[in-house]
Amino acid sequence: MTAALQRVAALLPPGRLLAQAQQLAAYESDGLTAFRERPLAVAMPESAEEVIALVRLCHEEGLPFVARGSGTSLSGGSLPVEGGIVIALNRLNRILKLDPAQRIAVVEPGVINTQVTAAAAPHGLHYAPDPSSQSICTIGGNVAFNSGGAHCLKYGMTANHVLGLKAVLANGEVVEWGSASRETVGPDWCGLFTGNEGLFGIALEITLQLLPKAECFHTVLAGYRTLEQAGDTVAAIVASGLLPGAMEIMDALALEAAVAAVHAEYPPGCEAVLIVELEGPREAVAVDRERLDAIITASAPVEARPARDAEERLAIWKGRKSAFSAVGRLSPDFIVQDGVVPRRRLGEALRRIGEMSREAGLRCANVFHAGDGNLHPLILFDGREAGALERAENLAGRILKMCVAMGGSITGEHGIGMEKREYLPEMFSAEEIDCMKRLRAAFDPLGIANPGKMFPGGSAPALQQQGLHPLEKAGIISRE
Amino acid sequence: MEAVRATPRLLPVGAQTKPRLSAVDVPKLSMLGLRGITEYDPGEFTFTALAGTPVREIAATLAAQGQYLPFDPMLVDAGSTLGGVVASGLSGPGRLRFGGVRDFILGVRFIDGAGRLLRMGGKVVKNAAGFDLPKFLVGSLGRFGVLAEMTFKVFPRAAASSTLRLTFDSPEAATQAMVEGAKSRWEPQALDLLPDGKSVLLRLSAPETALEALSREILSRWSGVALSNEEAVAVWTGIREFRWAHENGTLIKVPLTATQVPAFHRAMTGVRTHISAGGDVAFVSLAPESNSNGVDAALQQLGLSGLTLRGSAPLWRGSRKNFKIGAAVKHALDPQNRFPSIDD
Repeated sequence: MTAALQRVAALLPPGRLLAQAQQLAAYESDGLTAFRERPLAVAMPESAEEVIALVRLCHEEGLPFVARGSGTSLSGGSLPVEGGIVIALNRLNRILKLDPAQRIAVVEPGVINTQVTAAAAPHGLHYAPDPSSQSICTIGGNVAFNSGGAHCLKYGMTANHVLGLKAVLANGEVVEWGSASRETVGPDWCGLFTGNEGLFGIALEITLQLLPKAECFHTVLAGYRTLEQAGDTVAAIVASGLLPGAMEIMDALALEAAVAAVHAEYPPGCEAVLIVELEGPREAVAVDRERLDAIITASAPVEARPARDAEERLAIWKGRKSAFSAVGRLSPDFIVQDGVVPRRRLGEALRRIGEMSREAGLRCANVFHAGDGNLHPLILFDGREAGALERAENLAGRILKMCVAMGGSITGEHGIGMEKREYLPEMFSAEEIDCMKRLRAAFDPLGIANPGKMFPGGSAPALQQQGLHPLEKAGIISRE
Repeated sequence: MEAVRATPRLLPVGAQTKPRLSAVDVPKLSMLGLRGITEYDPGEFTFTALAGTPVREIAATLAAQGQYLPFDPMLVDAGSTLGGVVASGLSGPGRLRFGGVRDFILGVRFIDGAGRLLRMGGKVVKNAAGFDLPKFLVGSLGRFGVLAEMTFKVFPRAAASSTLRLTFDSPEAATQAMVEGAKSRWEPQALDLLPDGKSVLLRLSAPETALEALSREILSRWSGVALSNEEAVAVWTGIREFRWAHENGTLIKVPLTATQVPAFHRAMTGVRTHISAGGDVAFVSLAPESNSNGVDAALQQLGLSGLTLRGSAPLWRGSRKNFKIGAAVKHALDPQNRFPSIDD
């Protein structure tokens, strides 16, 4: 054990620093299973004070650290770094305050996303960001990566719901920004911190805004002969002036996966399924649904199925949210991409993805947030086949470049992490990346917080050829 | 960019509708010449415009397509610019429903203190690439860079809206109604407490037929009246332009929470206060010549911070937390201190 690690061990009671090979195995990878790296040790603090002490020690010793929640990052954001420790935050899992009058919750970073909504539900409130891994991913991870979900067009991403933060920065400073108020004066520090990908420090207490749960939902599932038809319907809905809470599209391969995984039922003979959800006061939804139904009827679907009750609505969403892990049933391995294109170019983007995957000889399933143009092409491959991973990565790279060329983004909600760092220059100039590096150095002059992520260059750990994350195999997490 | 590089000390300004924010003794760089909407595709729910573009022009362009900025930008008639909206971080009553300036900004092009033109964020409604500097620049008062161009998300406007004026016996009862209203099934777009401390304006947006049913239900819950369209436009315009405030007086913005509103009202004696966004923000107006020390002391006592928008009071009032990282980030973006400090 190195001297630095001995100091770490001395900070924590026995049993809360894992350093044996078999204990570390579970922390070697995250939701991006293509990479693997063994950390020196895993520290398991139970209080904010312990996290602060750990980070300050890392700062004194120049010891790299990676903060980790449930390890569901799809961009390799919580992948350990060589010669560094992992700070596992799962035990900081208390909801410190729930104030229904102010419609806020104050939580520790290890609180699971759905637990916030569960705690808020008795007050008629909910926490809006809903990544598909929400039953396991933590708020700390959501803050670090500015996680999204299916309702981003209307309600924004995690950053739009973080009102206050107490955090320990990588330079050891403890800061408190924002408050229980939705308004602020001065620069928006919470906005800057959210989405820092673990490069600025560790959030210790997070004040989240809660929203009133809509009184009424109207959820329609419509099947189409072609993806273009589904895309055109989205355009027609947008042009009508409606503002749905969510608009999602799944293609044939994704549907096949959802059928296999959760026995979802879809209209037969469809190349695409569109899910649209309206929400609001019942009187407003009653009027809006007539407009929506008219648009959908005019779009000539194979079949349109409105959910008749809450149970049918949940079934529609279950099929949608299971689609990612379900693809694991169709292929031994897959990579999920997260590019964004302007909504008007969705159809074109999907056609090009189809062409590119045929050229690469790989199958590609599409599940995406049509409302905000966030694509999630799932590239299927078999890691046991020589060169397959490289071909899949090459295809993924071509898709990302296409998204940027269309005026979009290389990531809508998964972050850059380890996975897309080489593509950052596709989106930002050298001067812009330099500006981000200067910002990072302000928070982390030694470069010890999650080093090697976000920025191009630097050493990469060994690529791992195959296999789902153990939690994914168990169906607990999904890649969205 | 050339102007920034050529001037060792400067502060960018727009229409100066919040003059205290730029009342610093350094040369000003007027952004008013840099105007125009550079991209707008209604189907994308986004637009991009240059910093000096008057918000009035943007609002009109959006309205022609049935769209709007849901956070209700302030001081539109007064001439405020898009860059000024971002630099001041000032949102209006509509921030209650869907959030404020920070929740609708998607990307920026700005010139940092070293004279580099940098693009941060994106032009699509969803993007997680790179650090979120666009959000950081909301409320940054021009002290970290010169905003050149911004991309915003917009929403379709509901078919119709209706404003109810509800009356209560006390600020306590009015506040309680705002708390209840903000989490109600009605999904109000705005909830403001007028300077009398007893009148709450509640704005609903929904299809016409739904509005009638919702208004009826609210008016059976609390006493009040539905305003005519003309009355509603007049009252919201008055709030947007701060017409309730003292002319040529001091105007201070104070973030707070609804539960703090009654105590805040009691503490703010001898001044006018308007509470907006369901109780999340207060605006305090002092008569010309009166000094803000009393307000400052009261804010300190309540643990609140205030930002002076107009008048000669110090920029910051009440309690304020400072962290070392503030200076480090300032140095990262403006190494030569070309722009004034956020403390001035």
